[in-house]
Amino acid sequence: MKFKTFPGGVHPHDFKHYSKSAPIEKMPLPARVVIPLSQHIGSPSAPIVKVGDEVLAGQIIAEASGFVSIPQHATISGKVSKIEAFAHPIGTKQMAIEIIGDGADKWVDLIDDENYLDLNVEEMKERISNAGICGMGGAGFPTHVKLSPPKDKPIDTVILNGVECEPFLTSDYRLMLERAEDILKGLRIIMKICAAKKGIIGIEANKPDAIALMEKLTANQSDLEVVGLMMQYPQGAEKQLIYAATRRKVPAKGGLPSAVGVVVQNVGTAVATYEAVRYKKPLVERIIALTGSVVKTPKNLLARVGTPYSDLVEYCDGTTSEIGKIISGGPMMGFAIPDLEAPMTKGSSGLVLMNTVEAKTFAEHTCLRCARCVDVCPMNLVPSMIAASVKAGNIDLANKAGLGDCMKCGSCAYVCPSQIRLVQWIDTGKLKWAEMQRAKK
Amino acid sequence: MSNKVIVSPAPHLHDKTTISMVMWNVVLALTPALLFATYFWGFKAFMLTMIGALSAVITEAAIQKFRKVPIAVADGSAFLTGMLLSFNIHANSPWWLPVAGSVFAIAVGKQVFGGLGNNPVNPALLGRAFLLASWPTLMTGGWIPAKSGFISGINPSLEQFAPKAYALITSATPLGVAKALRDSSFVNSLCAAPEESITTAINIFHSLGSFDTLKALFWGNVGGCIGEVSAFALLLGAAYLLYRNIIEWRIPLFYMGTVFVLSFFFGGIKGAQYSLLLPFFHIFSGGLMLGAFFMATDYTTSPLTKNGRIIFAIGCGLLTIVIRLVGGYPEGVSYSILFMNVMTPLIDRLTMPKSFGEVKK
Repeated sequence: MKFKTFPGGVHPHDFKHYSKSAPIEKMPLPARVVIPLSQHIGSPSAPIVKVGDEVLAGQIIAEASGFVSIPQHATISGKVSKIEAFAHPIGTKQMAIEIIGDGADKWVDLIDDENYLDLNVEEMKERISNAGICGMGGAGFPTHVKLSPPKDKPIDTVILNGVECEPFLTSDYRLMLERAEDILKGLRIIMKICAAKKGIIGIEANKPDAIALMEKLTANQSDLEVVGLMMQYPQGAEKQLIYAATRRKVPAKGGLPSAVGVVVQNVGTAVATYEAVRYKKPLVERIIALTGSVVKTPKNLLARVGTPYSDLVEYCDGTTSEIGKIISGGPMMGFAIPDLEAPMTKGSSGLVLMNTVEAKTFAEHTCLRCARCVDVCPMNLVPSMIAASVKAGNIDLANKAGLGDCMKCGSCAYVCPSQIRLVQWIDTGKLKWAEMQRAKK
Repeated sequence: MSNKVIVSPAPHLHDKTTISMVMWNVVLALTPALLFATYFWGFKAFMLTMIGALSAVITEAAIQKFRKVPIAVADGSAFLTGMLLSFNIHANSPWWLPVAGSVFAIAVGKQVFGGLGNNPVNPALLGRAFLLASWPTLMTGGWIPAKSGFISGINPSLEQFAPKAYALITSATPLGVAKALRDSSFVNSLCAAPEESITTAINIFHSLGSFDTLKALFWGNVGGCIGEVSAFALLLGAAYLLYRNIIEWRIPLFYMGTVFVLSFFFGGIKGAQYSLLLPFFHIFSGGLMLGAFFMATDYTTSPLTKNGRIIFAIGCGLLTIVIRLVGGYPEGVSYSILFMNVMTPLIDRLTMPKSFGEVKK
């Protein structure tokens, strides 16, 4: 197989060895779950339960508050105990619903629609929307919105994202090995909704067994293609994946994949979509990789959304030495959080625990102008100039250097020999720019 | 849970490359050239280089102490500047020459602007310009031949040369000879008869572009500055830097490419045969290799943008050839790089890249 890729990017060591050979394990029911009202991009869900209500697993506890929003479901059966601000995996405190479990795991009624592929598209989208599905690769964009592209932008290709370019993470990898057929069923549903002629599964070269399995399963389906991709971060970023797989460039300045006739979905999202359309099963559980050098027994867990991180770590037999850093998500774009209080959400692909040596940070040095950041930027920006302009308060120049097009993949900061926190400076610039826009209005 | 858990912005992984690693690797890449220089010109070449490098380090440390900023000479940048500066003098120079150059390079070229990363022009080249302006005779004469070769690379015993012509090829560097041959009044005075003068000039010119001279230039068996010694030794170091991803290919390629093409078209003299070896003479001689791989690629003073680097390099090549062929000096590498250094901010502004997926307007 000839592996494809995109221009720019970096090659961090993949660190997947910790958890890649651990089969998916079902995490026992947690005693309590905390369901954040904001687990997605868009407006937070609106609670429709009150403290003291008894709920079933799969029952809606918060409604979508607009088109770009999703409902939230109880992920275990039990009693609503609190609706207040809880620690959120991005490091802040956010409104969430806490449920104390009854241990019975009583469910709402699910169906089994064997002829699910014959459903009309509107019904399919309805079921996806009702299941509260958002992108499970990390960004968390509501899936039903992504599957409703503008009418004047026909979709010809659906790409399933099985790249998992973030080091350490193995949840998508295990999913592809253990639930490949369900992924392909989800792909068929998404292709039908988008009326796409072609389905592509993009997988990076460090997962040869997943590539081989998918190739085997798609061997006699001429409209499906497995695309092997070179190991290069951020291959799993939407625009980079689309370019690598189809050579199409999504327009800059806020362009969407639909502009080039493509819809991208994570492989986990495909499985959730399949379960929603066939069984009307809401998104209440997902695979999360518990990994890193200090996790005693790294695992890939099938766990309920809202399970506190501390429960997950405990189930992995705790830690072997002092924790230096807790990363919610992957090490390139994930959030470092102060403790294990936060719960996993629909977008939690991994929890990485680093030791104190790996967690060491360095002081920023002056920029040497070495341009390594320029050479690796997958968006073809000038990161060092953005950072310098933001520091100097010149947001106009920062915009010329590409502030608005940065997706914060962190490749620039990864290679910077001066250890400049480019992503943080760019983030600051984005906030300042937003403030300036508001002030203009 | 201990309170030692670190909360910092992503990314949480980092490439191992650090500033000091970059700097010491460049020093390492210059080592073959230094060893060749020591072999060809003796231990004095080595001593002068060390004197220059150490004076740069001491100057930097003293100024950092005076400025009450952390003393960061261990990062290797001052050592590298001193080493590059010393590579611009010849092995017959007095010991205080590299000291003067290094002190000026670090103090006026670098620390005045705030130190590493803030200097507008390459400090080593500024130091060289200072030396050239202050002690021109020391900087442009008194060359000594390499071990078994001749200063100009041309073997004077191969032919019978008139005294003036003999003096030229035994006292001037290869580029010095090339320059002199472009001066018609000088050429006319080479021999007694004007006819003979022109023939001699053409003969010498042919010898410059001959395979023998190229071989001498390639291995370093000519006269010149310490760091110009051997194209081979410099290429060895450059290959290492390219392999380690410490320098990028655009600047050296376009710089030397421009010199190659322009010297191919404009490098000849009247009456001389057209030779494909002539562009190679221009690539291998003087400070071009040193300049293109080790000076023009200086991070701080070259453009950030990829297209900017190409423009920068072509500018360097163009100016080098203009100075070599029509300017007042036999060699133009250092001034051309200095000139393009000051153009760098402008080039960066004018070559801001289009974002991935941005439609060209």
